[in-house]
Amino acid sequence: MAVAALPTPTVRRTLRMTLASVFGPLGQVFVFVVGSAIVLSIGTLLIAFLLRGTRADVDLVQATLVILPQVIIDGLVRGFLFATIALGYTMVYGVLEFINFAHGEIFMVGAFAGAALGSILVSSGVLNALPVPLYVVVAVLVGMVVSGLLAVSIERVAYRPLRGAPRLVPLISAIGVSLLLQDGVRLIANLSGLGFNARFQTPNFGPPLRLAEIPVSEDRAIPLILDVRALTFIVAAILMLVALNYLVNATKLGTAIRAVAQDRPTASLMGINVNQIIALTFLIGGALGGAAGVLFGIRVGTVNPYVGFLPGLKAFTAAVLGGIGNIPGAMVGGIVLGFLEAFVASYLSLMTAGAFSGASYADIVAFSILILILIFRPSGLLGEAVSQKV
Amino acid sequence: MALLELKNVHTYYGNIHALKGISFSVEKGEIVTLIGANGAGKSTTLRTISGLLTPRQGEIWFEGQRIDRLPPHEIVARGVLQSPEGRRIFPRLTVRENLEMGAYQRKDKAGILQDMERVFALFPRLKERLNQKGGTLSGGEQQMLAIGRALMGRPRVLLLDEPSMGLAPVLVEQIFDIIREINQQGTTILLVEQNARLALSIAHRGYVLETGRIVLTGTGQELANNPQVKAAYLGEH
Repeated sequence: MAVAALPTPTVRRTLRMTLASVFGPLGQVFVFVVGSAIVLSIGTLLIAFLLRGTRADVDLVQATLVILPQVIIDGLVRGFLFATIALGYTMVYGVLEFINFAHGEIFMVGAFAGAALGSILVSSGVLNALPVPLYVVVAVLVGMVVSGLLAVSIERVAYRPLRGAPRLVPLISAIGVSLLLQDGVRLIANLSGLGFNARFQTPNFGPPLRLAEIPVSEDRAIPLILDVRALTFIVAAILMLVALNYLVNATKLGTAIRAVAQDRPTASLMGINVNQIIALTFLIGGALGGAAGVLFGIRVGTVNPYVGFLPGLKAFTAAVLGGIGNIPGAMVGGIVLGFLEAFVASYLSLMTAGAFSGASYADIVAFSILILILIFRPSGLLGEAVSQKV
Repeated sequence: MALLELKNVHTYYGNIHALKGISFSVEKGEIVTLIGANGAGKSTTLRTISGLLTPRQGEIWFEGQRIDRLPPHEIVARGVLQSPEGRRIFPRLTVRENLEMGAYQRKDKAGILQDMERVFALFPRLKERLNQKGGTLSGGEQQMLAIGRALMGRPRVLLLDEPSMGLAPVLVEQIFDIIREINQQGTTILLVEQNARLALSIAHRGYVLETGRIVLTGTGQELANNPQVKAAYLGEH
């Protein structure tokens, strides 16, 4: 019986394989992003349709449709914020099975580094002369370097000496670091003249882009606008996610990170310097957090020493939602959470005729949905059974 | 001078005294085997050589240098590679990535590809599975991958921990033929085995471990014919 010989795979890595290993996981993330946007949009429209009779003053379906593109953009910005922070939690958890609760503060320090840069540029009079793209690149790099080095130092000083201790011990240490950073930054901010609520100075980003006009009635049209700062956030986040996927999935160092995450003693038997890889993980996670901090500062305009707490907590939730330890999972979890928040914040007030005015209920609803997801899928959206290590 | 030498090595797990003064040596080009029952300290010995455990007392010398205080990655850098007990394949890395991790410290890309081909010549099955995740391989394939992965580091001495564990007899024979072939190609091997008969059949020399001590030593042939060894480990009376 003649059996066709299977073509033997080439041993050398091809460019196609590299691209597949980078964009494969990103494709998965993309599907989840588009999917959750569609599901949420349809769900919202359905609710609007059902509640149509309850409001005499506005047509709920039309109102829903008109603000929908804006809500999706808002959701993307929130989502990428959570995703970039969540990556730091999930990568550190992957290699150490430890939740770095100081990560929200690493984000905050990145934001302050950006604010300090802005104030230096203002006092030297060059800020407004800088082209916006150059400014963004410089500010993000400054945030990445400061936060990355900070994260590495924290690991060296506060976590590595406790490596052999019971799990709760480094966790307590992390909470200590977190408080130390909050009040340390507060002290420095007050002494340096940045102030508790530090202004995040940026060059002028220009007016929002008008993408289209949505006709509401014959004589009225609502413009569909895209804030340049939001666009900056989305573009920068996508670039970082591509770079991270390349690093983790297509390079030797990235393979070593995954090997250490899967089996630390065996990784050391391969000649991998495990401490170096753990430090590298903190560096990458910290740098992403710092970049997120700067982008956040650019978008909101002021930062304070406690600004890392809530995004940190939400990003942690996003990491769990996606499946903690799973890198594409952190991205998916962050973006899904961002969408949930944006939809609730924008539509809750509209649907309830103002009885529940949006923003303050966003957290409640988003976290309740999250609890439900975790009850039915405790390993997270993309989680595999990684918790059972042999 | 021996390639690898242990001098009076004592290793503890917490308060448990696992190795109670082990001394032995491996010469260049040999296959040396450590045999003994469960809990005799065979794997502990290998884990101590590789630096996963630090001996509380005693010395380990490799090529004239003391290595018993070095971290594992520096011991690997000197050419001591281990295929650990239970295979310990990285389950979510592909076969290719597992092999690349074996060559982690090497920079010579051409040499790495060459060695990968050499591993495929020994284990053709691995080439068919190249882009499959390690965790999806069968037990035998995982064992091949574990040995191949260690070979990728161009070992000057290869430590093999229980390569026969959990494999069908026909596969065990095959693996042992390949171990002998690897040795004939010039790699020194320190083999830890419960299957004493097979281990002694390919080993130049052997040591018998009992509860953390070496109790007998000799050539493979001598040990295989020793009445005590026959009774205790070969199931003959």
